[in-house]
Amino acid sequence: MSQGALQKAHEDVHKTQPWNNPDAVPFIRFENVTKKFGDFYAVDDVSLDIYRHELFALLGGSGCGKTTLLRMLAGFEEPTAGKIFIDGVDMAGVPAYERPTNMMFQSYALFPHMTVEQNVAFGLHQDGLPKSEIRTLVSDMLALVQMTKFAKRKPHQLSGGQRQRVALARSLVKKPKVLLLDEPLGALDKKLREQTQFELVNIQEKVGTTFVMVTHDQEEAMTMASRIAVMNEGVIRQLGTPFELYEYPNSRFTANFLGQVNLIEGTLVDDDEKYAVIQSDDAGGEIYIDHAVQGHEGATLWIALRPERLRLLTEQPTDTKYNCLSGKVEEIGYLGGLSTYHVRLDSGFRIKVTEPNSSRHIEPRYTWEDRVWVTWEAGAASVLNQ
Amino acid sequence: MTGKRSTFLLSALVFGFAFLYVPILLVIIYSFNEGKLVTVWTGFSFKWYVSLFSNDGMIDAAWNSLRIGVMSATLALAVGTPAGLVMSRFGRFKGRTLFSGMVAAPLVMPEVITGLSLLLLFVTLEQLIGWPAGRGVTTIVIAHTTFCAAYVAVVVQSRLAGMDTSVEEAAMDLGAKPAKIFFVITLPMILPALLAGWLLSFTLSLDDLVIASFVAGPGSTTLPMKVFSSVRLGVSPEINALATLIILAVSVMIVISSLLILRSERARSRSMNQAASES
Repeated sequence: MSQGALQKAHEDVHKTQPWNNPDAVPFIRFENVTKKFGDFYAVDDVSLDIYRHELFALLGGSGCGKTTLLRMLAGFEEPTAGKIFIDGVDMAGVPAYERPTNMMFQSYALFPHMTVEQNVAFGLHQDGLPKSEIRTLVSDMLALVQMTKFAKRKPHQLSGGQRQRVALARSLVKKPKVLLLDEPLGALDKKLREQTQFELVNIQEKVGTTFVMVTHDQEEAMTMASRIAVMNEGVIRQLGTPFELYEYPNSRFTANFLGQVNLIEGTLVDDDEKYAVIQSDDAGGEIYIDHAVQGHEGATLWIALRPERLRLLTEQPTDTKYNCLSGKVEEIGYLGGLSTYHVRLDSGFRIKVTEPNSSRHIEPRYTWEDRVWVTWEAGAASVLNQ
Repeated sequence: MTGKRSTFLLSALVFGFAFLYVPILLVIIYSFNEGKLVTVWTGFSFKWYVSLFSNDGMIDAAWNSLRIGVMSATLALAVGTPAGLVMSRFGRFKGRTLFSGMVAAPLVMPEVITGLSLLLLFVTLEQLIGWPAGRGVTTIVIAHTTFCAAYVAVVVQSRLAGMDTSVEEAAMDLGAKPAKIFFVITLPMILPALLAGWLLSFTLSLDDLVIASFVAGPGSTTLPMKVFSSVRLGVSPEINALATLIILAVSVMIVISSLLILRSERARSRSMNQAASES
């Protein structure tokens, strides 16, 4: 690669992944932010940088502090300790009505006594814009969310999906520096949600606003977000792109939270510069890892194996003694596109395997009580030490 | 089995309705009685209505009651709404329990005590600052406002408690300051509760006899006071005529308001169906 091309590649990476650029200036910065309600730490010493044009997701179960973090950004809650900066400005003491943020509420919070048009225009009226300009901005925004023909309706005359669009239009029309979305698709049914996920991403790309989204739905976060912060009990457990989180979870918590995983406990018995071997009583065998592992020999570790990375064999492979666990098929779930198999290993441990049904079989390949061997490539496993 | 049960239910229904409405029906019937005795029917006549409208004392009292009702209901709204707002929207603050207890106290306070204490207050105030000069419409309005405001506060509070706070947060998020949010968002949303509070206060004020008797002065006799004092001299069929007119007015109001509610509900469900079928 020539010098110029290398430079170009670097610039591209820095543009699309500002978090990998050491010189990039964060657009939103949480500095050791803590929020206490009484004795309860809703958010506990969180530091986080979010960059311009990101679609950032805060992901976690209920009560993990994600919504509190969002509400502190919006100005509805003041941090107990720590600082929040938006575009370099310290937000301490700045009331919600003066912040460069707008929020889309989980309940949409549309004004019930106003029409769609009046709802969207509300924020612009607060800025004292001239009437003609407000009219143009509102009709442009309604066109963007395809709600033009419902402009004169009241919120109670709209369906859930339509209300969601109005709420989005209302929060976007003021061109906020940051758009905050609290469970933006939580109130929609599954089909509509999937369709709306992509629409929302498209709109974000079109307007270029920085989005910060709160969700408990890992699929939603994975589909939409540029980066995800996985939260639990007021702290960020892991921060990364959807790919990083799924492929390289740093703890059993994130491995479990994102997608499905088999967690196997074991002891490190052989650690080399290029490989590691883990003896597991859970699995009843030795597991070979194709990279070095942090930890001393004898340390307890967990191996995370995604069900779709596992393979089932009907005959014992003869070429290796590693990564090959025998057991019996206990449950089969046929999901159309793929099937899940629950295999009871000889050690008693139950492991989950999914296989794609890439062609039409009249007879299923495996049936209940079949003896099978579960195997995987050495690179498929993640080793976790917390 | 079912036949037996329905007979029982039917007779219970008839008895219940009779218990509630026969006295009222008697009042209406006897208001058209020609004779002077309330209990003996002698013939049909409108004479008591005519004499009611030429009874200046009665007309004045009715006018007083209406004025006092409108004024105290309006004042109660102005005082009670902020109190309800504080109780439901200011979160936890020091002395909140004491505050809400004191707001609700007039609801359970015996009227005699409220009336007496207000009378003492007015007398003391007159001696100290010369206002209110004497007892009259003003003092009755003040007295009615104090206990009606408690009702308004409770009605407003319960309405606000059932309202999603995120709507107000959304307004703030979009750049509206707290005072503006109250007038542009909160107020229109609690309008039905305000209307209900106003009507309740108006009715309570119109109905009150005890407190008004304590704080009334010459020339400020209200309708209940007038009726009560004239009944003590013997029930005149004029009172029947008056009662009939009041029942008529109330019935008309109820019919109109339920028609309005029905119509808006129908329009609402129609548009809901429309929205559902389009999505």
